[in-house]
Amino acid sequence: MIGYVVQRLVSVVVIIVAMSILVFLATHALPSNAAALILGQYSTPEMQAALEHKLGFDQPLPLQYWHWASHMLQGDMGQSFEMERPVAPILWDALGRSAILALSAMAVVSTLGLALGVIAAVWRGRWPDHAASIATYFGVSLPEFYWGLVLILTFASTFHLLPSTGYAGLSDGVGAFLSHLVLPVATLTLTLLAHVARLTRSSMVEALESMYVKVARARGLPERLVIVRHALRNALIPSITVLAQDFGFLIGGIVAVETVFAYPGLGRMLVGALERQDLPLMQAAILVLTGVYCLANLTADLLYGVVNPRIRYGGSIG
Amino acid sequence: MALVVGGALVVVLIVVAALAQWIAPYPYDQMHIRDRFLPPSLHYLAGTDEYGRDVFSRLLFGSQLSLALGMTATLISMGIGVPLGLLAGYRRGATDEVIMRTLDVMMAFPPIMLVLLILAVTPPSLMKTAIAIGVLAVAPIARVTRSVTLDLMSGEFIEAARARGERLRYLLVRELLPNVWPVLMVEASLRVVFAVLLGAVLSFLGFGVQPPAADWGLMISNGRAFVDTAPWISLAPGIAMSITVIGISLVGDGLREVLDPKLGSRR
Repeated sequence: MIGYVVQRLVSVVVIIVAMSILVFLATHALPSNAAALILGQYSTPEMQAALEHKLGFDQPLPLQYWHWASHMLQGDMGQSFEMERPVAPILWDALGRSAILALSAMAVVSTLGLALGVIAAVWRGRWPDHAASIATYFGVSLPEFYWGLVLILTFASTFHLLPSTGYAGLSDGVGAFLSHLVLPVATLTLTLLAHVARLTRSSMVEALESMYVKVARARGLPERLVIVRHALRNALIPSITVLAQDFGFLIGGIVAVETVFAYPGLGRMLVGALERQDLPLMQAAILVLTGVYCLANLTADLLYGVVNPRIRYGGSIG
Repeated sequence: MALVVGGALVVVLIVVAALAQWIAPYPYDQMHIRDRFLPPSLHYLAGTDEYGRDVFSRLLFGSQLSLALGMTATLISMGIGVPLGLLAGYRRGATDEVIMRTLDVMMAFPPIMLVLLILAVTPPSLMKTAIAIGVLAVAPIARVTRSVTLDLMSGEFIEAARARGERLRYLLVRELLPNVWPVLMVEASLRVVFAVLLGAVLSFLGFGVQPPAADWGLMISNGRAFVDTAPWISLAPGIAMSITVIGISLVGDGLREVLDPKLGSRR
């Protein structure tokens, strides 16, 4: 087990290094001239050349990469061209706000998804099952940004129940903080729910028809106990794995959702940096998101082993 | 049932896309400056947008872009993924290891980051979006192909072909491919849906198809500013997109039911 974890950690590091090289090369292929971007439109070619020299842009590429990567490792992510401030603090703040959004969405998706799946499985073939399956069909048939718009239109523009966009910190009051989270979290939930609910349903159906559930019923256990203690416990294993995998998917979804809701997280920051070609911000944001994604996948794999004792990692048997 | 409804939707969609030039009431970029922001009416079936363009006509033309993107991306991923999967499953051993580990690495990157990076540093175009999304789906296609191939390898028809001394190419294309095909069709329908949705997200973020193209994602994005006063500009393309996606998904689900009788009985 420990050997497996070490091996996976090494592969995470390899992927992050590969991604960093890719990001570095891609940003150097950008059509824009970084020095001209920093100095503004009234700069002379001489000024630009001097700044390029100062920033080290005239050095060979591998050397530049080495400088950039070693600074990154020390937590120095450079200066944002656009904001003229160090990238690191801005980025960590944005990551924190994204994490709030992502974790709340995960909490809602897992409770709601499991509940829906169990309900559909217990009443399979009857109306709750059909209703759940039609609802999940619609949920996944549209991209998350569209659901975001529909929710804004309904709850913010028409009924004025919730703020349409933006973010409020806890210092602005718990009410404001939560009300700004409701719509983005609901949007992410709509698009992710189907996956979890469907999988829970099918593994619950399988569990409910299994021998041990029949035995439990034969022993005269109340149906509620049979469902929760016996069927659900076994059906949970695939659902948990899917939830962890969906977390990786969520990181992609968050880019669009944060843009729709003007939520100041890492996804929206990345889109802004790409639009304005703010190289240091772009590089750092992509690397951090890649790191989070890799760690989420790793957690998913490890979690699978924890909840499912039939799986053992590594070469050894038994 | 799912297959019939989905198939009908997809056929209608393809016909609409093919005939858009002739059945659309207006050209997709024709502006009617005096008719801006008109709600849906008999004259403009889905209303008009901020330039007075007919939203309904733009929807019809948009179906061409969505289908083109979905199909091109899927053809690219199948074109690369299927041969790789067949080869890995047939050869096994070192070939299998090399192919599958390379794909593992590809899958370890966060998908949307790679696409965003490619599209942000180079001028956007529909073809480039299709290639980027297509390459993204190579790994899952290859995996499915490989696992089906592995199952087939124990079949007697493979042994017979080998005994006849058939060449590798013949074995892969004539013996294995026809048997892998049904499962691939299900996977392909999933991939088309994925490509249409991801393409919409990319145009929405401004890294996909560029204005004034009648792309559905772009239309939703442009209508965002007027969602309070003229919601039909954004809502109509969403409805079109959901019909497309539901149609293709139903075809996929229907195919799966036909192919896997076990699934039918469990319902």
